[in-house]
Amino acid sequence: MAVKVIIPTPLRQYAGKQESVAVDAASVGEALAALTSKYAELQKHLYADDGRLRSFVNVYVNDEDIRFLEREKTSVREGDTISIVPSIAGGR
Amino acid sequence: MKTDGSMSHALKIAEDLVGRIRAHAVETYPYECCGALLGREGEEGREVLELAPLENRRMDSPRNRFSITAEDVRLAEKTAREKNLELIGWYHSHPDSPARPSEYDREHAWPWYSYIIVRSEAGGTREMTSWHLTDDRTSYEPETLDVAARASA
Repeated sequence: MAVKVIIPTPLRQYAGKQESVAVDAASVGEALAALTSKYAELQKHLYADDGRLRSFVNVYVNDEDIRFLEREKTSVREGDTISIVPSIAGGR
Repeated sequence: MKTDGSMSHALKIAEDLVGRIRAHAVETYPYECCGALLGREGEEGREVLELAPLENRRMDSPRNRFSITAEDVRLAEKTAREKNLELIGWYHSHPDSPARPSEYDREHAWPWYSYIIVRSEAGGTREMTSWHLTDDRTSYEPETLDVAARASA
């Protein structure tokens, strides 16, 4: 199923400078795997070394946070939009 | 542009915006302040043209941490779009600590964005710096802060 993944501005440089990328996937996990296999440089910015999504990487399916759905197992349908949205953290 | 295609690391910002970041840092002291840098990136380089001060959401540890939620990031992006600007980075304060990125800053940083840091202390602020995460995420590179008076008020 073709879904659209919206790439946040700071990561577009690793995704052919595109605002969005179309991938075939049945779940959020599959979509992100398809994205990082196409654009390998995205991997280290989205995933920590243990293979989990970084804590400041937020993923939405049609505006719904996947943390309130089934996380990466959340299924997607033809025409869905997956958005990757940064949260920002730091400190002294 | 450098020969490798990356942008040269300099950030232009008007004096009055620097003043507003410092005032925000003083206002929230001894807690960290944070906000968004809105501006443009073109052939002339990157320039901050507006600020969007935000609330530090780390209320459990605001003296040494700041957090901007995804909802606040989306709001800042919307504000930038409405002003025909781009969200180009973030600022935050380090109360009573040098304006250098900490290991915690690096672990949580995104590439591409500019990160301005200002040291705050009781009654004032000291040095202000700007940084850029390297592509491989292993370190921060300093950016030159090019502070100038506004051409027109």
